[in-house]
Amino acid sequence: MAGILVFIEQRDSEIRKASLQALSEAKRHADGDVAAVLVGSGVTDQATGLGAWGAAKVFVADDPKLALYSAEGYCEALAKAAELAAPTAVFFAGTAMGRDLGPRFAARLGVGALADVIGLERDGDRFVARRPVYSGKAFATADTGGHDPQVITLRPNVFAAEEGGGSAEVVPVEGLSLNIRAVVEELVDTGGGELDVAEADIIVSGGRGLKGPENFALIRDLAKAVGGAVGASRAAVDAGWIAHKHQVGQTGKVVSPSLYIAAGISGAIQHLAGMSSSKVIVAVNKDPDAPIFKIADYGIVGDLFQVLPAMTEEAKKLAG
Amino acid sequence: MNCIVCVTSVPDTASVIKIGPEAKSIDETGIKWIVSPYDEYALEEALQLTEAKGGEVTAITYGPARAEAALRDCLARGAHKAVHVLGGEATLGDSFTIAKVLAKAIEGRDYDLVLCGFKGVGTDNGQVGPMLAELLGIPHVANVTKLEVGDGSLRAGRDVEGGQEQISSPLPALLTCQKGLNEPRYAALKGIMAAKRKPVDKVEVASLGIDEGADPFYVRRSLELPPPKSGGTIIQGEDDPAGAAAQLVNLLRTEAKAI
Repeated sequence: MAGILVFIEQRDSEIRKASLQALSEAKRHADGDVAAVLVGSGVTDQATGLGAWGAAKVFVADDPKLALYSAEGYCEALAKAAELAAPTAVFFAGTAMGRDLGPRFAARLGVGALADVIGLERDGDRFVARRPVYSGKAFATADTGGHDPQVITLRPNVFAAEEGGGSAEVVPVEGLSLNIRAVVEELVDTGGGELDVAEADIIVSGGRGLKGPENFALIRDLAKAVGGAVGASRAAVDAGWIAHKHQVGQTGKVVSPSLYIAAGISGAIQHLAGMSSSKVIVAVNKDPDAPIFKIADYGIVGDLFQVLPAMTEEAKKLAG
Repeated sequence: MNCIVCVTSVPDTASVIKIGPEAKSIDETGIKWIVSPYDEYALEEALQLTEAKGGEVTAITYGPARAEAALRDCLARGAHKAVHVLGGEATLGDSFTIAKVLAKAIEGRDYDLVLCGFKGVGTDNGQVGPMLAELLGIPHVANVTKLEVGDGSLRAGRDVEGGQEQISSPLPALLTCQKGLNEPRYAALKGIMAAKRKPVDKVEVASLGIDEGADPFYVRRSLELPPPKSGGTIIQGEDDPAGAAAQLVNLLRTEAKAI
């Protein structure tokens, strides 16, 4: 198998962890060289550092027009890098950017894609991807037929990032026309530094059992104490208690963190679909017959208004 | 303002998924098919835009005979026209072939916007929209939760990790729609009755020059259910919630090594 090209996402010159995970996964599979692509403005200084994560070459498209993400501009830069590298596979991290750019890039090259991949193996020169379908109610394995490059988008936080390697050769990507029609004019910070559920390793979610929006404070406190993100069930989102970006489930985000704590969530099939592949599942619910207990590794049957603050205190003690 | 809305049929989100006999697809026995939930936001947005600005909404689906029900649903909610590209059984999950088929079905039509759901709640690829935009040669904005359409241009907002991107684009453009964009309407009885009389334009996929399944870009090798969970450790915490909490946190630390 010839080389793998990995798209490295940065914002404000900060390289995303999920991209390093993709780079490490590429390194684990490649017989040939692993190359990276870095796109942005003033990002060339970041490029050499990618050698330490296994990139032998880093293609850099550095242009003020690429300061903010645009599907068209980034796609053009990446397509040019792919032309230079002629890889058999191109990896993306399945972030908002990767999920937007991956399919546009694949179509530009006239190939398909394997999206939201949670497990990857090789069968000769074919990648065989394991991916959830029906929002995690089932798992499929699939390949890209006979087509190269194999465009593969890896779910964040599933593959380990491992440091290792040497220095990378930096190759500028030049001669781009950058006729960008859909332009990002502004990136508004709406998170207030909050961790996103799609990227979090620990998620604490609340549902109808919280009884009102003000009680999400209990969820936020525990999330903060364990270093996790705040999630929510559809019922809580539809009631207007919390923004949709927090929703976990079949019509929200499908997540697989190492620890998922569900409080006041009974466990509708659509919610279970979105989180059942989490490594450790904890349920707190006053109803012992709640379906969530059937898939929970640990649970407390009890009143979340008493249990959650106590868990928060215990977790704070551990953190010292 | 003419809008094309691409819809797909998926199993009702309340469905229990069972694996079919060859372990490559689901057992469709007893499955109720619905318009994929995110496609409802796409349709609703198109309906609101044409109600405000005039023009027509054309709903397009690519699927087997049963997919006509999805188009009838769109017509009942107010879509003006419907196009059914018949096929799709051999291309389940093959986003690129699906995008090529839709591109062929859309080419030559008069449109300002193409709207899709941000993913189909089934094969869960979320690839068709951006692929289709590339094939049509138009810009796209994926995962849209806010939209203003002006004269020849649009402004859209989309959630990214920790923030929202504000994007402007000329028309025509393609959008993939996310929850939060609008509140989809239900079909009223009058609409359902009227939809029965509206024609659905049937197109054989072969007539678009595509030999579906001949050269797939996505080949499903197997399909399986998640491994069953064994019984967890459930602590009774009614009488001593603080004690239960301490015990649980200790287990998460020492046994599960999760915190």
